[in-house]
This record gives sequence, C-alpha cells and structure tokens, in this order.
Amino acid sequence: MQKAVDSADAYVIEGKLALPYSYFAGRVGSTFITALRDSKQILGVRCDKCNKVFVPPRQTCERCMADLRENWVQLENTGEVVNFTVVRYSDKHLPRKTPYILAMIKLDGADTPLVHILDEVKIEDIKPGMRVEAVFSEKTTSTILDIDHFKPIA
Amino acid sequence: MGYKKKNRHVGIVGVGETKFSSHREDVNQAEMIHEAVRQALDDANLTMDDVDCVVHGNMELFEMIHQPDLWHTLGSGAYGKDAFRLTTGGTTGGTLACAGDNLAASGMYDVVMAIGFEKLQEGHTTGGITNMADPLWARKLQSGALTDSAAVKLIEEFGAERARRAAMTYRIIMDKHACLNPNSHRAFGLDWDQMDDLMENSPPLIGDLRLIHMCSQSDGACVVIYASEEKAKQITDTPVWVRDHITVHREETLDLCNNYYPTDTTHRFAAEKLYERNGITNPLEYFDVFEMYDPSAWWGTDWLKEFFLLEDDDHLKLVENKEIMIDGKMPINPSGGVIAANPIGATALVRVAEAAKQIRGNAGPHQIQKPVNHALASAFGGTMWTVLTMLEKELNW
Repeated sequence: MQKAVDSADAYVIEGKLALPYSYFAGRVGSTFITALRDSKQILGVRCDKCNKVFVPPRQTCERCMADLRENWVQLENTGEVVNFTVVRYSDKHLPRKTPYILAMIKLDGADTPLVHILDEVKIEDIKPGMRVEAVFSEKTTSTILDIDHFKPIA
Repeated sequence: MGYKKKNRHVGIVGVGETKFSSHREDVNQAEMIHEAVRQALDDANLTMDDVDCVVHGNMELFEMIHQPDLWHTLGSGAYGKDAFRLTTGGTTGGTLACAGDNLAASGMYDVVMAIGFEKLQEGHTTGGITNMADPLWARKLQSGALTDSAAVKLIEEFGAERARRAAMTYRIIMDKHACLNPNSHRAFGLDWDQMDDLMENSPPLIGDLRLIHMCSQSDGACVVIYASEEKAKQITDTPVWVRDHITVHREETLDLCNNYYPTDTTHRFAAEKLYERNGITNPLEYFDVFEMYDPSAWWGTDWLKEFFLLEDDDHLKLVENKEIMIDGKMPINPSGGVIAANPIGATALVRVAEAAKQIRGNAGPHQIQKPVNHALASAFGGTMWTVLTMLEKELNW
C-alpha cells in the first residue's frame, strides 16, 4: 500500500519537559485530608440554602455563593455505587494494575458522588445502587488514596 | 486596520484585588479567586445573579494545570453562566480587559466579569514559558523571561553611568509607590542613598539586568466588572468609561532584523494608532496617570519613550526629574507597578483596575491628589505583545 504522506527527510525533534508543581490545598481541603489521614473520617460540607452536602468539600457553594467553610458534616464510610467504568489500558500514571474499576460513590449523608476505586468484586457483579464501604490504607500518603478503595458490603 | 467604533459604550462598575504575596498557602486557587470576586461584587453592589458572562484567564501551564477555569467555578461564580477562558501570555490581563469591554459593547451581555489570576508559587514558570519558544530554532537557547535588551539599548544611547542611574531612579520611585499600596507584594522602603550600593551590589541576572530591577513572582487575583452604558449608570454613580483599546503583537524570534515589519516597537505602533484614532496629539499632556506593565526598571524607563511617543532623552529626563512620581507631572504606576507585584495572569488587569480606581478617586493611600480624568493602562507579553487601554472619567468624546 502506498503511504499517504511522504515523510522522507522530515526531521522530528524529541523533547521532554518537566512539570514540577506544588498545590496549596486551602484550609477546607487541608481539613478534609487531615481528618482522613489522622481519624479515618470522611468530611463534607453542607449548604443550608441549597440543602446539599458536598463531598469533596468546598469553601463556597457554586450555586448560591454561600460560605460553607464552617459547615462540616461527618459522613458514613458507607454508600452506594452511582455508576462505574473499567480502566483497561495500562500507563505509568495509573494507580493500579489494570483492569481496575473506577466508580462514582455517593456516601450516606452526601448529595454528590465521590470518584474512587472499587475492588474486591467481579466486574460482572457490579450494579448501580450496590452498597459499598470504604477500606482505608494501612500506610498514609496524605492523599485521597488514604482511602485505598471501596468494597461491597457483604 | 479593521477598527470600527464600538456598538455601545461600556463602563467599569466594580474592581477587586487580593493582597499580592509570594505564597498563598492558606487558600487554593478557586478560594483565592473568590476573594477578588467577592470584593468586586461588593464594590459594585451586585450579586452573581447580576453577572451575565465570566471571562477567566491566566498563563498556560504556570501552575501546571489544564483548563483551570472549569474547576475554578467553585470560586468564580461561573456556574450556569456563559464563560470564556483567555490565555495570551503576559498580556492575558490586558486581553481580559479587552474581552470584558468587547463582550459588553457587543450587546450579547450587559454585565461581564473579567477574572485574572496566578499562583506562581505552585508551578515552575520557566518550564511553562519555555514552551513558548519554537522547538527547532529557539527552545534550546531561551533564557526564560529575562533579558537585558532595554539595558543594552539605553547604555548604548546614553552611556552606562546615566542609563544605570536612570534605571535605578525608576526602581526606587516604584518602590516608594509600592510602599503606599497595601496590596504590594514587595515594598522594601528603598531610599536615594542606597542607589550606588544597589547599582554595584544587587545580584546580576543577565548583562546589566540585576535582581533589584526585576519584577517578582507573585500569587494573587484581580477582578473587573464591565457593564453597558445603560446598566453602568444604574449600577454606580462613578462608572469609569472604557474609551478604546488596541492590541499589537509580533513574533520577534523569526524577525530579528525586522525585514518585513516596521522598525517601531509594538508599544510605539500601538500608541500611535490609539492616539491617532482618538485625536490625542500630546499624550503626555492628555493623560493624568499611566499604569504601565513594567517587568523591569530598565524596560519601564525605556518604554516611557515608546508609550508617550517621545524623542531624544525626554523619557530619561522624566525619570531623572522624578516627574513620574505620584505627585509629579506624569505619575507612572502609583500602585508600584509590576516590579511590586506580578501575579502574571492578573498583572495587566491590575493595571486597568488601578487606573480605574485612580479615576474614581478611591485608590487608597496611593491615590493621586490631583484630579484624574484620563488614564492609560498597558499590558506586555512575549515575545512582543502590547495591549493599551484608555479610561475616562467623563463620557464626552
């Protein structure tokens, strides 16, 4: 078959750029991550006006602009699967060996779902509405992966 | 040039600025932006319900993040509204100001909020800025945002001693202004007796550009709210009118000998066109304040010549005679300018915000004491990119 493009003598520059960064999480984000790390607690914030509990928490309600930073709510470690997908390709930045399951999990007491890894379950057995609970990591990394994964409630 | 008169007049009705600093570890990006949003809304006595459109901008990759406007909705108030993201390098803030004006003038939106931000402490600016250069010709040779081109030019023209003294005089004046502005990131309290020491001992960066000449890397956000004439008059008794703005740019790397373009700088080209179409024959007499995007004291000194269309050494005399001080004939950057604070995506919008506050007369401790009726604000970005904005107290042109 004839090549569509003649690339003879076409020079390609191979480059690599480093992208180092820090991210200042803010007080609301800091409170969430330290509660998760130190007390294995998952915290959200409530907007009384919109009657919503947000997880992950945020300082401002994006709907009504109310300041939510003091409206902490402690959530259960249990919830239900809203939806899910299966990651099947492999790459260095992924947190698990593939295939693994990414699910949207609405914790009991929250109005917004949290994205996390669902494990200890066969792909064909997962259904939206399935009851799950958080499994905390043995070693902390001070990240959202201090929840290692969610698993079905037996 | 494809310039047409505006569809309708537009006024600035609200401004907000965070305090600028080297670190904002206490807030994330959306929270920092929210501080400026809240201030601007309070300043205009509006709520987010009154805003029709949000324009958001910062430098590409400077926090190593992609599409920040989307998750900044948590602080920007853009939820459910028409929104745009702009990123035009150092001029981003200037382009945000153009967009705010144009979007409100178009008739599409009555009230437009322009948001500029940067958290330079979170990323690696040289990593981001190196992406600007062509990988084949320039990326291996680039010195980031630092250059001593203005120093070379001034020294060649006026001799090392006079040029160095003028640049350091400019620097000390900017610091004196910065000391008046509570939002300044850097305000050292420099004085005239430190001049010789600084000229000799400030760490050299490139050629005659020293650390003391150069702008900072800052964290901060700025918000300016634009409204159509009708709305602006309803919202506030002191709208600041956007008379005109102009954008001029070119890629210098591939045009080092100016083979194909006029030899004028983009600053002079922009200034000439802007004044010509607005009937301004003597800009130095016309304007009461100029908020200049001055990344270094060398550039600031040199560029006075370009923006005011001066000849010979008139720009040096303005500096040497301290006519650019807040109480001088032509106050430059009463805010302290970019050397005092440079949260890049916000920086050029801060120039417009500060110029607007000077016209309103409520800039704070760095308010010019004489009446301010006509203001000029500039933006600068790589490689040579100029935005000039004219603001007016009266709607009478």
